[in-house]
Amino acid sequence: MNVQGTVHKYGDHVDTDVIIPARYLNTPDHKELAAHCMEDIDGDFIRKVKPGDLMVAGVNFGCGSSREHAPIAIKASGVSCVIAATFARIFYRNAINIGLPILECPAASAGIAAGDQVAVDFDTGVITNLTKNETYQAEPFPPFIKDMMEKGGLMASLKAGKAGV
Amino acid sequence: MGMTMTQKILAKHAGLDSVRAGQLIQARLDLVLGNDITTPVAINEFEAAGFDKVFDQSKIALVMDHFAPNKDIKAAAQCKQCRTFARRFGIDHYFDVGEMGIEHALLPEKGLVAPGEAVIGADSHTCTYGALGAFSTGVGSTDMGAAMAAGETWFKVPSAIKVNLTGKLRPFVSGKDVILTLIGRIGVDGARYQSLEFAGPGVAELSIYDRLTISNMAIEAGAKNGIFPVDEITKAYVEGRVNRPWTAFEADPDAEYERVVDMDLSQVECTVAWPHLPENAHSAREGNDIRIDQIVIGSCTNGQLPDLEAAAAILKGRHLAEDVRGIVIPATMTIYREAMRRGLTDVFLDAGCIVSTPTCGPCLGGYMGILAAGERCVSTTNRNFVGRMGHVDSEVYLASPAVAAASGVAGHICHPDSLA
Repeated sequence: MNVQGTVHKYGDHVDTDVIIPARYLNTPDHKELAAHCMEDIDGDFIRKVKPGDLMVAGVNFGCGSSREHAPIAIKASGVSCVIAATFARIFYRNAINIGLPILECPAASAGIAAGDQVAVDFDTGVITNLTKNETYQAEPFPPFIKDMMEKGGLMASLKAGKAGV
Repeated sequence: MGMTMTQKILAKHAGLDSVRAGQLIQARLDLVLGNDITTPVAINEFEAAGFDKVFDQSKIALVMDHFAPNKDIKAAAQCKQCRTFARRFGIDHYFDVGEMGIEHALLPEKGLVAPGEAVIGADSHTCTYGALGAFSTGVGSTDMGAAMAAGETWFKVPSAIKVNLTGKLRPFVSGKDVILTLIGRIGVDGARYQSLEFAGPGVAELSIYDRLTISNMAIEAGAKNGIFPVDEITKAYVEGRVNRPWTAFEADPDAEYERVVDMDLSQVECTVAWPHLPENAHSAREGNDIRIDQIVIGSCTNGQLPDLEAAAAILKGRHLAEDVRGIVIPATMTIYREAMRRGLTDVFLDAGCIVSTPTCGPCLGGYMGILAAGERCVSTTNRNFVGRMGHVDSEVYLASPAVAAASGVAGHICHPDSLA
């Protein structure tokens, strides 16, 4: 699988409260959540984002609250992949469970700027910055997680009787 | 090679003799928790996958605490969805208005978590129960939904940081100051994916409530869990609450830790985390120039009876400064009633505070104390992120109940011993 799009760039410790403020957690509706995605740190995001765009950030992306509404809002906003130097653990787990592609790659986090055109090859983990003509190698997923994502996420794996490690 | 306390609990629940850091395991769960904002998403996933039964109706807890009593029509619909699900599947531990409390105070109080157990909750502060010597960690809603069906989940076995505690806390200094100091030292991702294992002679100097506050904020250092050894203090707390057999696990003497952090409790100062990260730790004495508009005393971090007592000791015979609002939230109905019985409620009302029914409301900017642009709050809660308690240009300063109370009286951030 491959994706390509324009990058929206953020810094370190982007917490789930700014990804989707709690005042909007009175609904599980994906579209309603997406309408407020990143509102508290980037009020223009939802107007700028186009289907297939990528989000790139620094360390500890998705820290704080366990709200799954955060990766749901990002995915429903049209973002095709989140690349960060590191992810907070609950966000990492949630993103995989709901099928939002994420990649850990400090080099890409450092090298990619806002507005860059970036392509990702999930099979190889190679991230290509078309604007700067650079490539970065992301950490591959452990086989167990790759298998779960290929089956369509945690629930689909569980129904298939295959969610165990 | 030996195992940490966390690794031993996980090995037991995975049916293995031993586990090592980094290993992927499938572990049996003793309790699965959700609240009124995470459970609806879990129910939707559970139903969409076509499950028609839960693994064990006595091992699921649903607590309506975040936006309950219902803050608006949408919140009411979410609680209704949880209630319908609980009744349909005969969930034993469904807590609604009248008997609910803030989940991480309520579950220990009701004896729903015991030492040595493994618990997941669709709430990041589920790590609180490490104070009782349990393995507990926060997950998302899909994990919760899957666990309600399967009764087990996967984990990557964490490596550990050992926090070696020595000495004894000074007056006015509490568990909140310990954890804010620790996060200040290791950073908000200092324990990312790891367990924080508290050890050393200083553990015996910490009450169970100090420990609950410390474990509660382990997530604020990025940790998977924060766990305390089981001692006489733990046993005294669980006795009469937990009516099933439980096991105290101990770390092996040769357990491996990625690092050891030494902490002398006698050197811990009343600490305040400045906006907008819990790692921005400062002495409360540095805040005299920071004027405030509100104090909040409560939450899963600091809404226990001793927290209210610490605040009341400061507020007794005093009054909030002009234009400071004071919001006090006992974490459970039992604590609420006991606060009334002991006269604490009168102290708060006399000081100009309000006393609310249990709710998470203001902590996450839900309701019951939202801040306007430019306003500042000293809060005993756990997060001071941008916009956490209201407008993006408001500020939250995290502190202990004693510091929050003193600050409310002074009208600025204030060390309790500098009040006139």
